[in-house]
Amino acid sequence: MATAHTDHHHEETFISKYVFSQDHKMISKQFLITGMLMAVIGMIMSSLFRLQLGWQGESFWILNFFLGDKWAPDGILDPNMYLALVTIHGTIMVFFLLTGGLSGTFANLLIPLQIGARDMASGFMNMLSYWFFLASSVIMVVSLFVETGPASGGWTVYPPLSALPQAMPGSGLGMTLWLVSMSLFIVSSLLGGLNYVVTVINLRTKGMTMTRLPLSIWALFVTAILGVLSFPVLFSAALLLIFDRSFGTAFYLSDIHIAGEVLERTGGSPILYEHLFWFLGHPEVYIVLLPALGITSEVIATNSRKPIFGYRAMIGSILAIAFLSFIVWGHHMFLTGMNPFLGAVFTFTTLLIAIPSAVKAFNFITTLWKGSIRFTPAMLFSISMVSTFISGGVTGIILADSALDINLHDTYFVVAHFHIVMGLSAVMAMYAGVYHWFPKMYGRMMNRKLGYAHFWTTFICAYGVFFPQHFLGLAGVPRRYYSNSEFPIFDDLVSINEMVSIFAIAGAIAQFIFMFNFFYSIRRGPKASANPWGSNTLEWTTPVEHIHGNWPGPLPTVHRWAYDYSKPGKEQDFVPQIVPLEDGEQDGGAGH
Amino acid sequence: MITILIILSIGLAVLSIAQLMRVFEASSRLKGDSSPLPTDAENKYQSKMMLVFLFGYFAFFAWLVAKYGDKLLPVSASEHGVALDNLLNFNFAIITLVFVITHVYLFYFAFKYVFNKDRKAYYYTHSNKLELLWTTVPAVFLAIIVIWGLGEWIDITMDETPDDAVVIELYPKQFDWTARYAGSDSTLGASNYNMISGTNPLGVITSASLSEKIAELNEEIAEFEAELADAPEGGLKEEELTEKIAKWNRQLENVMSFESLTTLEKGKDDILVKSEFVIPRGKDIAFKFRSRDVIHSAYMPHFRAQMNCVPGMVTEFTFKPTITTAEMQEITGNDAFEYVLLCNKICGAAHYNMQMNIKVVEEEEFNVWMNEQKIFAEGFVDDGGTSTATVNNEVELTMIEQ
Repeated sequence: MATAHTDHHHEETFISKYVFSQDHKMISKQFLITGMLMAVIGMIMSSLFRLQLGWQGESFWILNFFLGDKWAPDGILDPNMYLALVTIHGTIMVFFLLTGGLSGTFANLLIPLQIGARDMASGFMNMLSYWFFLASSVIMVVSLFVETGPASGGWTVYPPLSALPQAMPGSGLGMTLWLVSMSLFIVSSLLGGLNYVVTVINLRTKGMTMTRLPLSIWALFVTAILGVLSFPVLFSAALLLIFDRSFGTAFYLSDIHIAGEVLERTGGSPILYEHLFWFLGHPEVYIVLLPALGITSEVIATNSRKPIFGYRAMIGSILAIAFLSFIVWGHHMFLTGMNPFLGAVFTFTTLLIAIPSAVKAFNFITTLWKGSIRFTPAMLFSISMVSTFISGGVTGIILADSALDINLHDTYFVVAHFHIVMGLSAVMAMYAGVYHWFPKMYGRMMNRKLGYAHFWTTFICAYGVFFPQHFLGLAGVPRRYYSNSEFPIFDDLVSINEMVSIFAIAGAIAQFIFMFNFFYSIRRGPKASANPWGSNTLEWTTPVEHIHGNWPGPLPTVHRWAYDYSKPGKEQDFVPQIVPLEDGEQDGGAGH
Repeated sequence: MITILIILSIGLAVLSIAQLMRVFEASSRLKGDSSPLPTDAENKYQSKMMLVFLFGYFAFFAWLVAKYGDKLLPVSASEHGVALDNLLNFNFAIITLVFVITHVYLFYFAFKYVFNKDRKAYYYTHSNKLELLWTTVPAVFLAIIVIWGLGEWIDITMDETPDDAVVIELYPKQFDWTARYAGSDSTLGASNYNMISGTNPLGVITSASLSEKIAELNEEIAEFEAELADAPEGGLKEEELTEKIAKWNRQLENVMSFESLTTLEKGKDDILVKSEFVIPRGKDIAFKFRSRDVIHSAYMPHFRAQMNCVPGMVTEFTFKPTITTAEMQEITGNDAFEYVLLCNKICGAAHYNMQMNIKVVEEEEFNVWMNEQKIFAEGFVDDGGTSTATVNNEVELTMIEQ
């Protein structure tokens, strides 16, 4: 699919260039396009279950078209399939789009280019990382077609529901495939992550000190460390679950009487699984969010023609967020019967995260102040990312409070919160990244007018979908309900669900504007210049046509930080990192 | 046929858009607009749109509050719930303020500082003063929120339950609830999942239920053995039956070990109810939760109460109801209003319809009601609860075959 480039490097065959490529730029495109295809599946799924939620129990031919007579007889969604759709939608969006797709694309593209390296530390491991990702994606997609349906226990797949095929159809073969797919995904993510960490530590070019790194690299670097430390724990959780499912162990099972019989396996606890899962699960939120914040930093600084405000504070807050993210997982478990004292500790640590997050938001806003803002589509998406980061972040303060969580836990308030702060922020930043670095990836420009149309429809629909869901949550509507109509207390809220569904489907259709623009521009977009946005970072000093090793001559030497935009006394409003300091000139990033 | 037509028309639509794009691009090249950067007009337009969006967003928020603000949960019907609502309102006041201020700055700056080639942006790298300010101000507010919030949390979860509390066990399974009152001795009888049967959905252990369960297991074993005698030798059927008999015998052994329990009489006066349970106003209700199969969560939104029900462990939650059902019907102006217990942890196909009504009455009325109920020793009839969900039977069958 990524066949945009018509130039030929003679020693390369089609297979080694486009398929088993070890070039980080090509791998980045492979991750992006695979992630996009997975996202389309996840998005169609959400549209399908929104049809049911908006117009409960009504018949839609399109449900029957996608799901067939078994899962949508007469066009009415089956409750088991509803749960399957929610589960796989969550899994795809969190892992395949926002972890694999986001980090995989931008860590691969930006790390070597922005630190001045010829390629990743290990091109081969990098290639393996992509192929494990692809294999895991394929297995996840295949699991959609097994007879008993895909995994349906929610994206967190808590046992015993996920451990016992008697508990629901989706806990049969579909769940096995889910676990296999996730295990491969974890391998992919570890191969990638180790590579990113090593590359940033070892392969920075001359002059590229840690305090001259662009914030995008800081974010991707810390993200990779988070992944390397936390994904193995998910792996162990998955492994124990596989044992419980297939080999008769009882790590997560005890005192169960199901399908009319006692289950003889006792002594385990599902709470163990929850601890293991969320020990990854919470850092995972920041694995998704930090790259998004990094991309936003780059795009906002470049397009405000202004240094990012508080560069060192931004690094500090990335590190603080990363550290804290490892000691907050219990806030997902306030109501599991965990010792209330532990709940109190997790409330405290969770609320601490608000401080570095607030610093980031304020610093973004201050970067805009007295800037000279160019509204490229990437810039619009970045501004909207700051908005969603704040809108979703503030409700986190409520949910972090164990006492308030009693009544809001697992309601739509939570759905609204994490979709806005994590989902939307990361998606907005990912779009910003694609629009911003498209010229670097494909040597062509995307269409700006379509970009504007895509941005406004997406941004408006995004809030239209998730903002009203706070109200559902405050009315006590639980998430993962196939229908609310069984409870008369929710009758007044039918119109919210309708509105949400309309926005969701409109928003999903709007994404095809982007898809069209993307694929059209790969082939036919206007040719890009080397540095179309007037940017300081090193990737814009490479030739437009991709070459192995990135720079034709020797590697560039870095003389200054990445944010000398509109520096007083300079003729241009940007000074690339490769320009030496003049006599007596201070480097903006160092000192103070 | 329809499918082909749809695919065909989508394909044609994409092609025609692509052609339009080319025409459009050719014309903009003719106009000399080939810069990758937005034109001045585009910048101006988008910056104005930032302001429009800001107002639109706030208007949407206000509209939602106006339209749905009174359709949220009514006033809390439990004592701790009122305190929680106050805390929630305080939190909302702060975050709404933060939300409004930051959004005004964000979109106003985006509007005001639009690109102007004659004005250079202000080279402003950092300010320790400002950064200190917006580290400490959030820290102070968060400190207030943490201290207040944890105070409530400790009150709710760590206060000792008074001796006169009404003890109720909630025992969920896919897909209904059973409630058990401790009865006149205020103590729940022992229970075990090995004891579960059609007449004993909670597996309560009393001397009567024990002998009944032992008899039932023996009977079943005898049935299997009879079947085994008829089964062809060496076949799958034989293997299956032998395994079953062994399993049933192990269960029988477990069950017989309960005979040595000293608490066998505690369960006799327990009262089991389905579809609705009644609680008195003004007394502490001490809930204990177990689960028969998967994780469920007992959610009682009107009481601001929730706790997970986890197989293999007992969890607890205590609250004091303050408003009777009749009073709440008046407050909400809805004669049909009932308090409900919902399941709030994904548990399978009919998760969305796992409900039980809760009735809050005055204490005297509660006592009268309690006296009318049959105690466990008098037998329990499963009325099936309220779950009317339809499950895809075909799928369930496939499951069992596997």
